[in-house]
Amino acid sequence: MRRIRLEARPVPSRAMRYLSPLVAAALTVVVGFVVFSALGRDPFAAFHAFFVKPVSTVNGVAELLLKASPLMMIATGLAVGFRANVWNIGAEGQLILGAILGGGVALYMEGAASGWVLAVMVLAGAVGGMAWAAIPAFLRTRFNASEILTSLMLTYVAALLLSYLVHGPWRDPQGFNFPQSKMFDDALLFPLLLEGTRLNASVFLALAVVAAGWVFVHKSFLGYQMRVAGLADAAARYAGFSANRTVWLGMLAGGGAAGIAGLAEVAGPIGQLTPSISPGYGFAAIIVAFVGRLNPLGIVLASLLMSLLYLGGEQAQMELRLPSAITGLFQGMLLFFLLGADVLINYRLKTLRPGRPAAAGSAA
Amino acid sequence: MQRPPAAAPPRLSLRGIRKAYPSVVANDGIDLDVAPGEIHAVLGENGAGKSTLMKIIYGVAKPDAGELRWAGRPVEIANPHAARALGIGMVFQHFSLFETLTVTENVALALDGARDLAALARRIQDVSQRYGLPLDPRRLVHSLSVGERQRVEIVRCLLQAPQLLIMDEPTSVLTPQAVGKLFETLRQLAAEGCSILYISHKLDEIKALCTMATVLRAGRVSGTCDPRRETASSMARMMIGKDLPVSAHAEAAAGGEPRLVVAGLSQKADDPFGTDLDDVHLTVHAGEIVGIAGVSGNGQQELLYALSGEAPLAEPVPIRLLGAEVGRMHPGRRRKLGLGFVPEERLGRGAVPNMSLAENALLTAHRAGEMVRVGLVRAARTTAFARDCIERFTVKCGGPEAEARSLSGGNLQKFIVGREVLQAPKVLVVAQPTWGVDVGAAAFIRQSLIDLRNRGTAILVVSEELDELFEICDRIAVIAKGRLSPAKRTRETNVEEIGIWMSGLWPGAHADAMPAPTGMSHAPD
Repeated sequence: MRRIRLEARPVPSRAMRYLSPLVAAALTVVVGFVVFSALGRDPFAAFHAFFVKPVSTVNGVAELLLKASPLMMIATGLAVGFRANVWNIGAEGQLILGAILGGGVALYMEGAASGWVLAVMVLAGAVGGMAWAAIPAFLRTRFNASEILTSLMLTYVAALLLSYLVHGPWRDPQGFNFPQSKMFDDALLFPLLLEGTRLNASVFLALAVVAAGWVFVHKSFLGYQMRVAGLADAAARYAGFSANRTVWLGMLAGGGAAGIAGLAEVAGPIGQLTPSISPGYGFAAIIVAFVGRLNPLGIVLASLLMSLLYLGGEQAQMELRLPSAITGLFQGMLLFFLLGADVLINYRLKTLRPGRPAAAGSAA
Repeated sequence: MQRPPAAAPPRLSLRGIRKAYPSVVANDGIDLDVAPGEIHAVLGENGAGKSTLMKIIYGVAKPDAGELRWAGRPVEIANPHAARALGIGMVFQHFSLFETLTVTENVALALDGARDLAALARRIQDVSQRYGLPLDPRRLVHSLSVGERQRVEIVRCLLQAPQLLIMDEPTSVLTPQAVGKLFETLRQLAAEGCSILYISHKLDEIKALCTMATVLRAGRVSGTCDPRRETASSMARMMIGKDLPVSAHAEAAAGGEPRLVVAGLSQKADDPFGTDLDDVHLTVHAGEIVGIAGVSGNGQQELLYALSGEAPLAEPVPIRLLGAEVGRMHPGRRRKLGLGFVPEERLGRGAVPNMSLAENALLTAHRAGEMVRVGLVRAARTTAFARDCIERFTVKCGGPEAEARSLSGGNLQKFIVGREVLQAPKVLVVAQPTWGVDVGAAAFIRQSLIDLRNRGTAILVVSEELDELFEICDRIAVIAKGRLSPAKRTRETNVEEIGIWMSGLWPGAHADAMPAPTGMSHAPD
């Protein structure tokens, strides 16, 4: 009988650490090939529909960037916490609160439309996301409650809160009883970049958030302290870095970024508050953060890939009549292969045959 | 297949044992013979390959190459179970006992098929009386002293009537007096025909106990000898390949102001099996080194955590640093006042394994090195500090960008000590300054502590190595069961006295007033 064991590699390959997302993407494509074939679709046509067609028009590219920007924003914010072992899983809820607060400003400032209102909306979005993230941060630092659970559960509370608002107090009186708010004033929406597409100026906001995240993590002393906390918390305690501050900063960074992303959705392509404003960006951003190696440039690339999966999934539904679960399937495979590749970077497989010493040449 | 001409083959015989780990060759071509009834020392520095060799004999690790013979017969020892079946017992340096079970239950777990606990308890008592290892089988392990726990481990081996007993650094946890008792037990066992493999780096013990020694250096046998006919320095040469360096140490200048004052510190341990600190008093003056001796697990950890601020106190009063009441301050604020601290764990506490040395310099030296401006890290300064530290403390590494985990234990310790010393702290607390460090680096670290003292720093050293404390300290105190003895001038005391103090018996220790919460008897080691 053979046994297989994982053995730590003395020096994990640095190059492979950066190549592993590509390996994971390649494996995802290979398995996708098998899945399409098993579903009775021509895999080449399917891949064409999935990965090429969505970006073969200007509008397609615009949509790609439009969907990538909230992903990169949220993933950058989450990565700040993830590097410090602060596991904010509730970005989706923080995104919704950002949309509610920022959107609320838009609804109440109707008529006073000018550039600074949009700035206030962005700020309100950030504050809304941070406030929602502050709850798990408080519960963690005060009662040592796992932020993984609390942040995740608060996501559902946030969704219900939004649902209540658009069904009740904020429902558009002229909206034929549809559960949605009034359309925001045009002047309170991010300006379009390309006529005929939905791409708007929020993509620059996203890039700014990514740049700020990079400076914070790699250049600031606070960011350094958080990296220490993530790599060796005993060393952080020894050096006197506050563990509570790490939790607060980690949660607030993710919450703030998610809140801005939520505001950018409602003040961008949607233009009003509706019961569902995000196709799961807050969760997909977790995958983006890890596929991007918690590194800003990686996150930008990973968000483009993830955005393509969204678009390809939609295309596949329309063109190949595949179920909508196909998007989740591809996202899941990508994360699975990435984590698998990461294990093999740090460990190698060793097969053992019991009853024989590892090396030849011993007494037999 | 040559056999030695003598009638009895060695009980254990190793030929050409080799074991390579991914990053290091731990054993290379090792030969070793142990005769029946022989007490055989395996001598070597940390990292020389002693523990790996013992793991191979006990079936924990498999050799890559080489041959083991048991009483002349080639054997393959697949696992510890097979080793015990052959008659090999091992007492590990770190005990493997369940704290919440009784002595009998712990022993029963190691013996296959021991169901009758009452009968087993009687056997434990028989064996412990016969070999002078007093032990109450009904006691819970967590209530035992470290010496008593070691007895449990030894009795557990003896119950299996071993023909070869491996002792891995057994005295590192014992007072000098307890060491004497252990040696009597081991001599009695040897006289009854049991072979003993005795692993240590303490030369005087080996001279006192062993009749044969195999010396390892960097995974190879560097010599064999009869320790009774050698001197400590001749064995040291075999062990490290050169003479033992000695640090220069002049009398401390008197009259420095008190810089670190602990005035009646009492604290319950967080860990249920930790040690409560009980009314600890301690003063360290500018320009002196005070040492704290003691067997590990007597409150050193708890005291160090309280001093560093990693476990802040509920009230500020008991600890004063340069006149400020710092009991409630976190480590960062204490450092700001001028405290430096070298923890006993290097990787993961004193340094972040996956960060470069430059980044690890930033960990504590950011203030003294002015490495942060408007919240941003000044990378040029961290690198310059790390380079300076590497040069002045002769740290062998790949430069400031080398990751901390790529350094050997001794070099990383030099880097950490260097990092703290270069900040010119007003008070420096050092735990186990030379643990696992090779002899040359250890002498260097001790000398740099003495130099720092001469520049006026108040230094507190906590160590389990008595020799080290006697070499560098101006005054020595002893910690036992969470209480601290008065500090005595090093010149006015000796190893024997400190040894007695290590079991908690110093003048004025009022043993009758010792806390005995569960009413159990206090058995000194």
